[in-house]
Amino acid sequence: MSFADFVIIPNNPFASGLVIFVVLVAVMYFARSPAHLAISSFSRVIHNAMRLSARAIMRAEGRLNERNREVLLAQGREAVERIIEREFDRVDVTVRRDLAEYPSLHRRLSEEITRIDDDYKESTEVPPEPPGWVKAVDAVAKIPGKDPMVASILEDIHSSMVKANTQAIEEYRKSSHKRHEHLKHMMPHWRKVRSVLGQVDKSVHSLLSRSQKIDRHMDEYESIVKGSDRAVRTLSSSSLTQFFISALVLAIAVGGAIVNFQLIERPMQEMVGANNYLMDGVKTSYVVALVIIFVEMSMGLFLMESMRITRLFPIIGALNDKIRVRMIIAFFFILTSLALIEAGLAFIREILMEDELRTSAALAGQAAVAAAQEATTDFLWISTVAQMGLGFVLPFALMFVAIPLESFVHSLRTVLGLIGIGVLRTMAWMLRLIGSVIKFISNSIIHVYDLVIFAPLWIEKTIKQKTTKEDAVDTASAY
Amino acid sequence: MKKYLLLAVIFSAMLFAACSNEAHVPNTHGVYMLVDTSGTYTQELEQAQRIINFTLSKLNPGDTFAVARVDTGSFSEKDIVMKQTFDDRPSAANQQKRKFRDAIDTFIKNAKPSSYTDITGGILQAIEYLNEAETGKKTILIFSDLKEELSKGFVRDIPLQLNGFRVVAVNVTKLRSDNVDPREYMTRLETWQTRVESGGGTWKVINDLSRLEPIFN
Repeated sequence: MSFADFVIIPNNPFASGLVIFVVLVAVMYFARSPAHLAISSFSRVIHNAMRLSARAIMRAEGRLNERNREVLLAQGREAVERIIEREFDRVDVTVRRDLAEYPSLHRRLSEEITRIDDDYKESTEVPPEPPGWVKAVDAVAKIPGKDPMVASILEDIHSSMVKANTQAIEEYRKSSHKRHEHLKHMMPHWRKVRSVLGQVDKSVHSLLSRSQKIDRHMDEYESIVKGSDRAVRTLSSSSLTQFFISALVLAIAVGGAIVNFQLIERPMQEMVGANNYLMDGVKTSYVVALVIIFVEMSMGLFLMESMRITRLFPIIGALNDKIRVRMIIAFFFILTSLALIEAGLAFIREILMEDELRTSAALAGQAAVAAAQEATTDFLWISTVAQMGLGFVLPFALMFVAIPLESFVHSLRTVLGLIGIGVLRTMAWMLRLIGSVIKFISNSIIHVYDLVIFAPLWIEKTIKQKTTKEDAVDTASAY
Repeated sequence: MKKYLLLAVIFSAMLFAACSNEAHVPNTHGVYMLVDTSGTYTQELEQAQRIINFTLSKLNPGDTFAVARVDTGSFSEKDIVMKQTFDDRPSAANQQKRKFRDAIDTFIKNAKPSSYTDITGGILQAIEYLNEAETGKKTILIFSDLKEELSKGFVRDIPLQLNGFRVVAVNVTKLRSDNVDPREYMTRLETWQTRVESGGGTWKVINDLSRLEPIFN
């Protein structure tokens, strides 16, 4: 259909256009009410559909939010339970270590105190008794007269007394010395008592600080159990932090795995063939090397699970201690074997590199051969040892990926939930916006429609006004 | 759970691959090099040696390489100087490469000029050899001035079946007559290009030997 088809008056497109416009306006005028109804009902249908969809999405968002909240609280509860459990374990260890020894400690203290008591008793000062015959001296001294015999007796008595006094002083000194010795013996016992009491004090303080920590965690736990908004906010923020940190550590671990892959892929070509493909573009040696790395990581993961450091597999953690210990030994053995194999592969890699270097040099020319030989003989052992060391250490280093992996897995649920909520909210907002825009567009279309047929509408309005006036005049004259 | 499933799939695939115990053919590269030994072109053989060494350094385990001389009648296995499908193990492949190089060195030292140049016969032999080798990529290197001179009675106006082949002419030297009339040189190149492309192959000329990388791209 071309423009010429619309020219109904030959050689006069303007007149043709005018005729068509008039006809169109007339048609539009007569179809005004149904057209308005059609436009508004169409817009209403879309607006309502959008509104209903937005409401449904917001309900889904609410459910997702609620579910996220539950998951977050459950994770938080589990984490705090684990911390409290560990704190109680530590308290248990402290109690077992210190209070289990309490009877012996008590016995030691009693013994020390008894010894101190004995020493104290033995160190008490007993005043020397005066000799019994002093009264006899008094009696002799009272004999009247100046009998030389009496004087001689008294002198004898005097000398005997001096002797006895000297002996008494000597004995007194000896007993004092003994008492001092006893007091001296008491010193280490006092020190021991002090040290024992110090130990008791330390244990009690440690228990007190643990109990304070437990109180704090219990408050947190209660807050989580109550499902308070504050707890949810804290857990959400903590979860996001965990997510980013664990993602960073996992990225580093992926770097380690790539290095590991480079170490073992080349020697694997010697075993499975360099030109053996599992499918188009996927070399068998690549897959085998990757499988070895995955097996190492799995073994590391199971080892961490068996050691109860991570809890990705509750079945392993719930096993009895005897089986767990056996599993630890088995996983450690497998991991060590794989590490040794990797070290061997790293050694083969070095040999292959040398061989390739020699071949390349041989193909490049004699001078290059000499240079290559010189280069390979000097510091070769350093790179060999370094590669072997890396091959041995990396499997053990990758073992610790289990810790960030656990954090990542747990926090990923929260992060995905938050992203889901964000997406749903955006969708609801978009639907509402589209609904509103369509509503306003339909109103605009109705107004534009009326604008196109403004001439017949104006005529209609004028006629209506005139008719109304005439009716009013008729009514007035009738009265 | 998914992780174990993936591992199980990988292990099954490995088992399958181990059972099949053969290289995946489409990933291998076969190179057949024709070395022109006619007339004064024997002076260029040292360049051929460089190209062969370069090719050896670029080929991987599992690839196939053959070097054949172009003489009076080149459609013959006897003209193949050295051929080798390299072992899948890199260490064994390296040893084979070194032996290959030694064989080529001996050939270069003892090469004698031939009276005629049967390039078409050489290409036919190359097609046959590489088709038998069933390599994924097939490349024919022609180390020649591309001036074909056939002995009396030799029929070589045979259409070439070069579907899936890349033909690379290297070191296409200009003859004295080419210097007098360069159109001769251009016509020669165009003729060969037409023959190769009408046979379904791709055509490339590399005269700068420091830019041999495109052979393996």
